[in-house]
Amino acid sequence: MTRDIAVVAFAQTDHRRTSDELSEVEMLMPVLHEVLGETGLKAADIGFTCSGSSDYLAGRAFSFTLALDGVGAWPPISESHVEMDGAWALYEAWTKLLTGDADTALVYAYGKSSPGSVRDVLSRQLDPYYVAPLWPDSVALAALQAQALIDAGDTDEPALAAVGARSRAAAADNPHAQLRGPVPRGDYLVRPLRTGDCPPVGDGAAAVILAAGERARDLCARPAWIRGLDHRIEAHALGVRDLTDSPSTRLAAERAGAFERPVDTAELHAPFASQEVVLRKALRLDDGVRVNPSGGALAANPVMAAGLVRIGEAAARIHRGESDRALAHATSGPCLQQNLVAVLEGDPR
Amino acid sequence: MPEVLSAPLVVEFPFTRSLGPVQSAFLTGLRERVVLGVRTGDGRVLVPPVEYDPVTAEEIRDLVEVAPTGTVTTWAWSHDPRRGQPLGTPFAWVLVRLDGADTALLHALDAPGPDAVHTGMRVRVRWAQERSGAITDIACFEPYEDETGEVTEAGESAEAEAHSGEFEDPVTGIVAAARLDYTYSPGRAQSAYIAALSGRRTVGERCPSCRKVYVPPRGACPTCGVATAEQVEVGPRGTVTTFCIVNIKAKNLDIEVPYVYAHIALDGAGLALHGRIGGIPYDQVRMGLRVEPVWTDGARHPDHYRPTGEPDADYDAYKELL
Ligand SMILES: [Zn+2]
Repeated sequence: MTRDIAVVAFAQTDHRRTSDELSEVEMLMPVLHEVLGETGLKAADIGFTCSGSSDYLAGRAFSFTLALDGVGAWPPISESHVEMDGAWALYEAWTKLLTGDADTALVYAYGKSSPGSVRDVLSRQLDPYYVAPLWPDSVALAALQAQALIDAGDTDEPALAAVGARSRAAAADNPHAQLRGPVPRGDYLVRPLRTGDCPPVGDGAAAVILAAGERARDLCARPAWIRGLDHRIEAHALGVRDLTDSPSTRLAAERAGAFERPVDTAELHAPFASQEVVLRKALRLDDGVRVNPSGGALAANPVMAAGLVRIGEAAARIHRGESDRALAHATSGPCLQQNLVAVLEGDPR
Repeated sequence: MPEVLSAPLVVEFPFTRSLGPVQSAFLTGLRERVVLGVRTGDGRVLVPPVEYDPVTAEEIRDLVEVAPTGTVTTWAWSHDPRRGQPLGTPFAWVLVRLDGADTALLHALDAPGPDAVHTGMRVRVRWAQERSGAITDIACFEPYEDETGEVTEAGESAEAEAHSGEFEDPVTGIVAAARLDYTYSPGRAQSAYIAALSGRRTVGERCPSCRKVYVPPRGACPTCGVATAEQVEVGPRGTVTTFCIVNIKAKNLDIEVPYVYAHIALDGAGLALHGRIGGIPYDQVRMGLRVEPVWTDGARHPDHYRPTGEPDADYDAYKELL
């Protein structure tokens, strides 16, 4: 059975450097209520719920179970969780809807980077035998990739600065973004990356609702139909990969049907300016494609939610009639190790 | 609204990890100043070695020895080293393709400054003084000049020699220490709960929808999925709803066994919290027993609960809270 499944609602928090006054569930609940409100659904109407987050950000085991309080998990609901970006939770929910087991799904993701040092926290996802004992931080690993791109002639420091400037200029229209407008290039954080080439550290959450077939049309005036969704992974060891390319993104895009017809919009999860260079090449995006009109992860990077935000932003542009065919990308792991691509379309106008 | 609380939170753990045959040979080799790689079915040499070909997923066990010298394939200058990193002074992160290898190893390069580093430069291993069979047995890399005194550019295409991978007293496991530092903030609702405890009061929050009072409050009703805000003082007395008898003495805990650990529904609360029951023989604790908190000086929560002497509560009064 083939079913058409669409993103019918999207909400996100304002992404901020810190949100000490809020627990995770307190941060999350407003966006859950917002997507439910947009669709008129109640928590009890949702067929499947799936979330993405990381205990390492919180520093507490099973932290996601507390966030469930915000969903209303009694009487018992059909629920799942991925210790990854919420984009992968959306993948699981999409699969569930494809099977016909549910007609609607609530997907949410959240991350508070403010309690710890996210550069060090992310180092704990690395190979524990050969890499993690050296404590390479996430910016250092991205900088190795940036230097490889510079050596290959794919970019240079002014071009990287231009990516950051374009992203934050675009974010001027995005009330949720953490960094907006002119942002100084700043000093080297880890050379060749300057602070302006790197994402802000912050807290935030996002939620979307998926619905199948006619249900989607009932809930949304212009659903963002998911035409294809695929995710691929490549070798974990950085020294095995060609850091200037992303074959996993290209393969995911091909399997998601991204190359069948041009897209008009691309929301790319590129926390570092240099990663946008890699993704543009892998996805064969030309200058006719509007890349990251939301400002992207360089304007707001709530870890574990930033990928889901890309899908949500792409879908929201379709809802608003600003896009007819959009690509959304999410990443996880060091230097674009894992990549997910979704192709979204609105009904013809 | 009371101030939101925060406190340092340190998560520290010595992860004990066992090694497979290839990782064991590689890390033992480092202890003996030998760098081993593994040859794939199509003849490529992977350093550091893995047990399965990342392309074909074939099992690979064909160990070879490569040179302790190599070529930088990419680098990044870290002017502000972080805790745990290989060098405490500014250094370059490098991916190094060792002579004889086809893939690169991540490590640090000790160099005077970023102008002294470039892709393609020649480097060699600087061994740690004390080696235990870990990636940190390589202290770092250092620039490598050949006999002419020049920093050589392209590596001689060294041939990797077959190696048995056998050493005396092989390393079979590593202990990887990890420590992350956080500042934990429990958020608005739990801050209010903790602040009230400092005055020996217990407050919950009432759900605006189902009217249940949650204690400790977390800012949301898990049944209705809505925010809670209305603070309600509960207790101090309560009813034992269910309990268990603990017979195992916990490490670092100064409580004689057996003792009773119970669910206690404080008066006015919509769900039970846990606590230890004292002041009564363990085998006389029962469902419905009425209890009150016992505070000790300087404590941040009740030490235990003891019988009030009131008649037991009716089962119907607490059956919803079991
Ligand atoms: Zn309620």
